[in-house]
Order: sequence, then C-alpha cells, then structure tokens
Amino acid sequence: MSVIHFVLLISRQGKVRLTKWYSTYSKKERTKVIRELSGVILTRGPKLCNFVEWRGLKVVYKRYASLYFCMCIDPDGNELEILEIIHHYVEVLDRYFGSVCELDLIYNFHKAYYILDEILISGEFQEPSKRSIVRSVAAQDSLVETAKEQTGSISNILAQAAK
Amino acid sequence: MAMHGMRGLAIFISDVRNCQNKELERLRVDKELGNIRNRFKKEKGLTPYAKKKYVWKMLYIYMLGYDVDFGHMEAVSLISAPKYPEKQVGYIVTSCLLNENHDFLRLAINTVRNDIIGRNETSQCLALTLVGNIGGREFAESLAPDVQKLILSSSCRPLVRKKAALCLLRLFRKSPDVVNVDGWADRMAQLLDERDLGVLTASMSLLVSLVSNNHEAYWTCLPKCVKILERLARNQDVPQEYTYYGIPSPWLQVKTMRALQYFPTIEDPNSRRTLFEVLQHILMGTDVVKNVNKNNASHAVLFEALALVMHLDAEKEMLSQCVALLGKFIAVREPNIRYLGLENMARMLIVTDVQEIIKRHQAQIITSLKDPDISICRRALDLLYGMCDVTNAKDIVEELLQYLSSADFTMLEELSLKAAILAEKFAPDLSWYVDVILQLIEKAGDFISDDIWFRVVQFVTNNDDLQTYAAAKAKEYLDKPAVHEKMVKVCAYILGEYSHLLARRPGCTPKEIFSIIHEKLPTVRTTTIPILLSAYAKILIHTQPPDQVLRNQIWAVFTKYESCIDAEIQQRAVEYFALSRKGAALMDILAEMPKFPERQSSLIKKAEDAEGGTAEQSAIKLRAQQQPSNALVVTNQHPANRAPPPVSVGQLSLVKAPSMDDTEDHSIERAPSQENVNISKVDPQAPSADLLSDLLGPLAIEGPPGAAVQYEHNATPGLDSGPDASAIVPVAEETNTIQPIVNIAERFRALCFKDSGILYEDPYIQIGIKAEWRAHHGRLALFLGNKNTSPLISVQALILPPAHLKMELSSVPDTIPPRAQVQFPLEVVNLQPSRDVAVLDFSYKFGTNKVNIKLHLPALLNKFLQPISVSTEEFFPQWRSLAGPPLKLQEVVRGLRPMALTEMENLLHSFGLMISQGLDPNPNNLVASTIFCSEKTHGMLCLVRIETDPADRTQLRMTLASGDPTLTFELKEFIKEQLVSITTVTPAPPAAPPTPQILSSDPAALLAGLLS
Repeated sequence: MSVIHFVLLISRQGKVRLTKWYSTYSKKERTKVIRELSGVILTRGPKLCNFVEWRGLKVVYKRYASLYFCMCIDPDGNELEILEIIHHYVEVLDRYFGSVCELDLIYNFHKAYYILDEILISGEFQEPSKRSIVRSVAAQDSLVETAKEQTGSISNILAQAAK
Repeated sequence: MAMHGMRGLAIFISDVRNCQNKELERLRVDKELGNIRNRFKKEKGLTPYAKKKYVWKMLYIYMLGYDVDFGHMEAVSLISAPKYPEKQVGYIVTSCLLNENHDFLRLAINTVRNDIIGRNETSQCLALTLVGNIGGREFAESLAPDVQKLILSSSCRPLVRKKAALCLLRLFRKSPDVVNVDGWADRMAQLLDERDLGVLTASMSLLVSLVSNNHEAYWTCLPKCVKILERLARNQDVPQEYTYYGIPSPWLQVKTMRALQYFPTIEDPNSRRTLFEVLQHILMGTDVVKNVNKNNASHAVLFEALALVMHLDAEKEMLSQCVALLGKFIAVREPNIRYLGLENMARMLIVTDVQEIIKRHQAQIITSLKDPDISICRRALDLLYGMCDVTNAKDIVEELLQYLSSADFTMLEELSLKAAILAEKFAPDLSWYVDVILQLIEKAGDFISDDIWFRVVQFVTNNDDLQTYAAAKAKEYLDKPAVHEKMVKVCAYILGEYSHLLARRPGCTPKEIFSIIHEKLPTVRTTTIPILLSAYAKILIHTQPPDQVLRNQIWAVFTKYESCIDAEIQQRAVEYFALSRKGAALMDILAEMPKFPERQSSLIKKAEDAEGGTAEQSAIKLRAQQQPSNALVVTNQHPANRAPPPVSVGQLSLVKAPSMDDTEDHSIERAPSQENVNISKVDPQAPSADLLSDLLGPLAIEGPPGAAVQYEHNATPGLDSGPDASAIVPVAEETNTIQPIVNIAERFRALCFKDSGILYEDPYIQIGIKAEWRAHHGRLALFLGNKNTSPLISVQALILPPAHLKMELSSVPDTIPPRAQVQFPLEVVNLQPSRDVAVLDFSYKFGTNKVNIKLHLPALLNKFLQPISVSTEEFFPQWRSLAGPPLKLQEVVRGLRPMALTEMENLLHSFGLMISQGLDPNPNNLVASTIFCSEKTHGMLCLVRIETDPADRTQLRMTLASGDPTLTFELKEFIKEQLVSITTVTPAPPAAPPTPQILSSDPAALLAGLLS
C-alpha cells in the first residue's frame, strides 16, 4: 500500500536499468510486470500524457533521452507529484554524475540504487533537498574510499589474485 | 565516474553489452553465474571485497531478467560485515533481490536491530532503509519500539530521523496490530513542529498513514497541518533548498492536503477559515507558466487542493470555481493537464451537484474522446459515461458509436459496453435502443458480450410494439454481405420469432426469410447453428398455409444435421424434424416465447467489472491473495458465457416450458457455486458474478436453522429470551463521513428475529450475515461485499465479544477486490445466560475515506432458545418446584403499546417461546416454554407466564421460572425489553430459511431480494 508500488528504469531497447519494489511482488510477478509495462510504455508516442492506466493502477513515466523512468501508483494518487519525484531523482543523478547519461547508470547502477534510497523509502518521498541528498551520498562514498585505503593494497592484490 | 576499483564488474558489464545477440548474452551470463556459484561454494578464501563484487554482479544479472536462484545467503551475510563498503552492498542488494516474505531475511533481523540501536549513523541509515523498503511482520515485532525511539531522539540527526519515520510508516502499514501507536497523537503533533523539512515531509507521510487508520486520535494534528500548509502555500516560508522551481516543497504541500482529507470535517472555525483562504489562494493563484517542471509542481498542488475542496463540502461558489478551472483544463493542449482535468471532473460528478455545469463542456470532452492518447480517451469515456442522462444520452451514445470505428483496439470492449448500457438506461424510445445495439454488433461484434444481445432479445420479446420493427431491422442487417456472427445469432433469433409479422412486406415471405438466414449458415460456427435450426422450425410453423417447398427445404436441413457430430445440433435437428411432422400440435410447442420477467440489467454491473476486472489482476489482488486467510473471496462463480436466458443451448429452448423461466434458470446455475464455501476463488475473467450468491450456500452446520430444535440434554429446564432494547442503537458511527444507506438499528432488530440478511450497508460496502444456531453453538458467516470498482483497503474486523460469548473470527483479508465479496466465518459458543451484545468493530478505507463502524451482532439470548411444548402434567410440577426468587421472578410491566393477545403470542413465538394453548384456565393469560442452551446451564427448561389485563392492555404481569437464577433474571429482562421496545415493529417469524428469487445482478438488490 505504498504510495509508489515500484520504480522501473527501462531503456528504449527494453533493457532494465533499475528496479525497485516497494510493494510485495514475487519474482515471477516482477518479471511479468516488467514485460507488460515495457510493452505498454515503450510503444507510446511522443507528446502524449505521462500517465498510463494499467491493471487498475497508474504508471507515471517520463522519458529522458534513451531512458524511461516509471513509477507505479494507486489510481487515486497525485500523478503530477510523482512526475516531479521522477524529475527530482533525475536532477540528483545529474548533479551527482555531472550530465548523467545512460552509460553512467549502466556502469554505476549501484549508485543509482544508493541515490534512490535517499529519495524514496517505503515508496514514500523522503527528501526534497537536492543538496542534502548529494551530501549524504558523498558521505557514503567517502566512507567506502576510506575503508579501501585502510584495507591497504595487500588485500586488494589478494582480491585480484583470487579473481 | 569511476567504479570503486571494481574492475571485474565493469568488465563483466562491458562483456554483456558487447554481446551481439541474446544467445551470446545468455552464454556470457551463464558462464558468470557458474563462476560466482563456484566462488561461493569455496567460501573460504573469498575476501569481503570479492564477495561484494560477486553480489553486485548477481544484482546486475538479476536486473537483466535472468533467474538468480542462489547467492541470496551471501548477500544477506554481507549485512553483518564489519566494514562499511561490504555492509552497504549487503543491505542494498538484499533489499533489491528479496521481498518481505523471504526466509533469509529472518536471519538478518538481529544484525539489523544491532545496527539500528547502535551508535553508527551510517549503519543506522542502511538498516532503516532496508526495513523501510522490505520489512515485514517479524521486523515490526522486534524493531518497532527502537525505530519509534529514533524518530523522537534528540541526539539523532535529521538524516536518521526522517528514515526512521518512513521505516515506522512501513511497519505500521504492514502490521498495524503489532506497532503500538498509543500516545502517538502527541508525538505526531510535536513532530509537526519540526523545522527540518526532510523530517517534516517524512512525518507528514507517517501522519497520513496513522490518520487513515484512526482519524479520531489525531485531531490535535489538524490545526498544525493547516498551519504548515499556510506557511508553505501562502507565506512561502521555506529555506531556498526546499523550494522546487520556486515552489515551496510541492511534495510536502500535497502530503499535507492528503492528510487533511482523512479528517471527516474541520470543525474549528479558525482552522477552517484559514484553510479555505489557503485553498482559495492555490485555486486562484496557480498560473500556467512555460517551465514544464514548475507547471507540473504547481498543478500537483492545485489538483490536490481541488480534491480537498471536494472533500470539505465547500461553498457552492468555490465548487463552481473548481468546475470552471477544470473546464479550462480540459480545453488545453497540454496532455497531462487535460488528462487530469477529465479525471477530476469525473470525480467532481460523484461528489457534488454540478452536473449541469459540467454538461456545458460536453463538446470539449468529446474532442478528447477522439484524442490519439488512449489514456486521455479512457478518461473522456469515463466522464461521458458518468455525465450521461436522459437529456444528452442520444448525443453521447451516437458519439460513442461513431468513435467505435476509429477507437483503439484495447478500448473497444469497454466502449461498446458503456454505449450499450447508456442506450438501455436512457433510451428515449426502444426502437432507438434496438438500433444502437445492432450498430454496436455490426461495428464491434467481437467485443460485444453475449449479455448485450440477450438483453436486446429480452426487450424485443417483452415489448410487442417493438417486434415488427426489430424483425425488419434484423432482415436489413442480414441482407448485408459480410455479417458478424453475433449479428447472425441475434437476427436469426428475432426473425425466427417475429418474421411472420413482416409477411406482407416485399421480400419477406417465409421462404425469403429462410433463404436469407440459411445463406449465412455455412459461415457460422457450430455454436450458432442450433439457433438457426430453431429459427427454421419457427418459420416453418408460422407459415400458414403451409408451403410444401419451404417445408421440404427445411426438412432437408434437419435431415442433414440428424447425424451431426455435435450433440446439441443433432438433438435439435432430430426433434424439430419429428415435431414438425406432427402438424398442428407443433403450434403450441413452437409458439412465440413468453415474456421475460422484468429484471435489472446485468450489463451495468458488467461495465463496472470491466474496469474492476483489470484492477483485480493488479498488485492489489496479488497482495490480497498472499494474505493468509481462510476467508472466502468470491468475485464470480459463473462462467461468463453461461447459457443465455432466451436461447439456452442445453435444452430445447424454444419450447414454451417452465424451465425457460429465468428465475429457475438462475437458481439452477447457482447451485454448484454453493459448494465453494471453503475455496478461495478470484476469477476476474468472468465478471457477470452474482456477488452475494453464496449467501445462499449452506454453512458447515447441517440442517436449516429453524430445524435445529432437537436438543438432547433436556434433563435440565431451560429458558428463553429476545433481543436487547439497548442493543438496537449502533455503538458508534457518528464520526464517519460515509453514512450508512440502511437503517442500522432496524437491520439489527430484524436480524434479532431471523438468521440472514443485511447488517450494514453504505455506498461502498455491504455487510450481510447468515447464522445457524444449534444448542449453545452458533455459526455466523459475515459477508463483506465491495460494491465498487476500486478495492477496499485496510479492511479490519474485530469482534468485541461480551463475557458470556466465546467468539472466534477467522482472519479477514486486508483488501477486498473490486466487486468482490469476502466471506468469513465466526464461531460462537454461549457460555452462560446474558443479555450483553457482541460488537463488530469494522473499518476499511475507500480512496481517502476511512470508515469505522461498530455494529451490534445479532447473537442474542434468544438465538439460544429452542421452543419446546410442555404438557399440563409436566408444566405444573415444574412450576411449583421452582418456588419464588431467585429461580422464579415476577414483575409488572407497564407503559406498553396495547396489543392483542394473538399479537403477543406471535411476538413470544418469534423470541423462540412455545405457547401452550389452554394450559392457563384464564383466556387472558399466556403460558409458554422454551429450552435455553449454554455451556453452563446446558439445555435448561424455562417457563413463562404472562397475565394480561383486558381492561388495560398497556400493562401485564410476567412470571419467569428456570433452574438457574441468572437465566431467570436475564430472560425476564430480555422479554421485558423486547415488549417495551416493540412499538411499531412487527418481527418476522424466527429463522425463516431464505427462499431467494433473485433476478438482479446488483449486489444490493440481490441481498434485498434475499431479505424480502
């Protein structure tokens, strides 16, 4: 019963770039949802509205370059609010990566997840301030960096050897 | 941006991207999965770094759509890694790969808890995020108090507190019974003073959830919400980083207005005035600007304000402003705003009395119907459907018909169904209705359900004036070259019945009609042939004087199909052939069909199901199914294509026979459904359900309720009783905005004297009850029927039993799917005599409306009474042995409504008392007996004597006796209360088994029929 049931990032070719499920879906249902929605959304022409009615729910989506950002909500949800959550997310990604493009999100898909976790929890909007989000993600990054330095090169070498 | 040294991952991603085709990709992925599996097997020597890398690869592969059925354990185990980088990966990957039902999550609870209560802020954040995203019941059980502490902690930074607030929100939503929110009204009020807007936003979301569950507790938060809204929307008083394209956090504004919609009204005049000022400001001050995002954000706020205005019973003037705004919106080019304009206008229709103003926009709405964007078409169709009435039906339906030829494929079914319904509901004359349906079949035959053409046949059959017209039209359509098979069916049927009415017209001789129909025979499927054969038989008998040539032609057809492999066709061919050789005797059998009994349209419900049907396949339904519940969810128990009323293929249906009677037809079909009592079944594909049909199904206790009198423990004397007068008033429902549409008190009273019927009904839900009583046991079944096309959510039912009843309610699912009915059994054991009444505390949510009702359950003393007749020889020794108080009590009751002795006899009888005629020598006195059953008293005989005064019927003296003092007292009080409370109500005889003759498909009408 989250405000947002799930978030999907799908490329124009139908490749999934991110999925996040706030309502409970089994593995099978997840696959089905992705397949169906890709079919519905990728075939929609330009200049149409950003909302699709689907199985009694509503999907708010927006295309940014080659990527479709989709969020699924209840039919009585506030569509425009969700549309701007999408944009907010994109703006944060943009600020973090600097002119974000699909490739960034492919190779750094884990970052896309970190950042999303700073924007949504439980399918609810968490933080309106871009600055605060970027700050918090940067803090996490620096923790990772510090840990790496501490681990020292030996374990890194070991890790490479183990590969 | 560089990866954090995870070269292996980057290489793998590149490899996958470079794969030329899907096959190569699969090979590469399989290779990697094999590699990861091997690594994980030899866990020793796997550094945390390597583990982290493999876990990321797993997530990536999973995202590509491949099955990753191993390694979940490794992901979960990283959560307890000592270092942040691994821990972070563990948390994030776990919350992506697993859902709340996964067993492995349980293993992590302790670690997660340690992270939450630990001092490390970053770990706290990770843990709260995981629980907030996938935490289930067990997390709620072990973590909720810790999370609650964090929200309020003064030593935590906003970063942690906002996550804690949303985490608690999830736990509360998932398990409101586990998370203790006593005293949270004050804490929420305190949180609403929060200066950090991140925390405030999260808190507002939490508030929405809490208020939706129990708005009464959070009244104190209401003025604060108004203040926040005023501060944001009006005073624009927020730090720069919390504005979005110059708008003070639109999300917080929207959330705040959502929260306000969960309060039924706003009574405090100051808050109300301020709020309306702010709303007015939003409504009037929102301009269309060039920047898309700014526009979206400001309109998100505006549309939420509109919803709030509709909710608040605003002044007419303000509502007109809203309609005017919406009128503007539906005329703009920008698709989002137009979509929302249409959507909200349709909502407006339901909420307020503005239909006339909306009708002025009809032309504009029709333009949107033809929009290339199917989302917009859907909204326009919905709105047109909602605003249609007798004044504009013709225009609207004709627009819909016209649109049929160009509409998107996926809309045709809904479109044609809606057109059919509107045509039926608002037809200015019936010939127009026939025209519309025939056009629908012509243009969208594939999407016309059988119900639609059955319905037109019904109308034609029942209206003599219409028959000639319909026959002429049918001939016209069949004359066309390519005719849809459904058209063949309906036209053949009509021509078979009524073509003789056209006999004098050119081209309409029986022979010509036959050949028009027969031409189509090679083009139709075997399911249609029986209808054609029936038509031939009918044409044959209507041909007077008989036409030898035609007869031979038709007989040739019958002979041809005599050996048809399809049993139905064969039977008809053989029988029609035999019948038609009998000459005049045939006339009777093949005469015109009798009129159908009047009934409501099944189409209307079907339309709603068409919308609801899609919803049912959604997450909501899936979740409803996941809920462990032994409740019964039934949306439909009939196959959608069940035998049509007029042309039932299973029988020789053109024969005038009682089996064609529709009522019977239905009840026969309903019978098998009764076996489904323990099977949970949701079948969205078959929407023509009789929602409440299973009310007719037997419960587990055998035997009709009235017959359960044979009680073996007649060693001890028993008692008798009736309903409690004080129980007649519903306990509490005054705060709901949703008002019941039945008189609850009356319903309860009626149910005191019978065992099935409606307990409660409002615009969204209907609660029916069916009970069976046997000795001191009772078995009730509550039926919750969702009357709408949206699901009812947050459904909760609690039984508050009085001390003397043991009641066990099976769990109730959280969601009732659209148009579905949920049944749950309730076992009752009567421990001892008492007049107290059990209460059902029931709540649900519909959209933003939260409804909580407390209803008395008709499990009263009298339900445990079994009338027994006692002879003079048995009565007097008993009566004398129970001498004086406390076993025998006497009381004079005054102030009664005068009633005749026979009326009083009936009344006592309805309580479950058996009147012993002539036992008392005085004809003005009544003596009655009954057995009362409870665990404590077993079956105990109760004796009653009522002495009336023929001179003053407003008073009487009542004497009660039984072997148990409590029983004597309770029963005496019970009867007294009943006598006093009876003013105008005449109770029905007890425990009349339902004998339903239900024709309608509307659940409310269904149940009403059942009760009549």
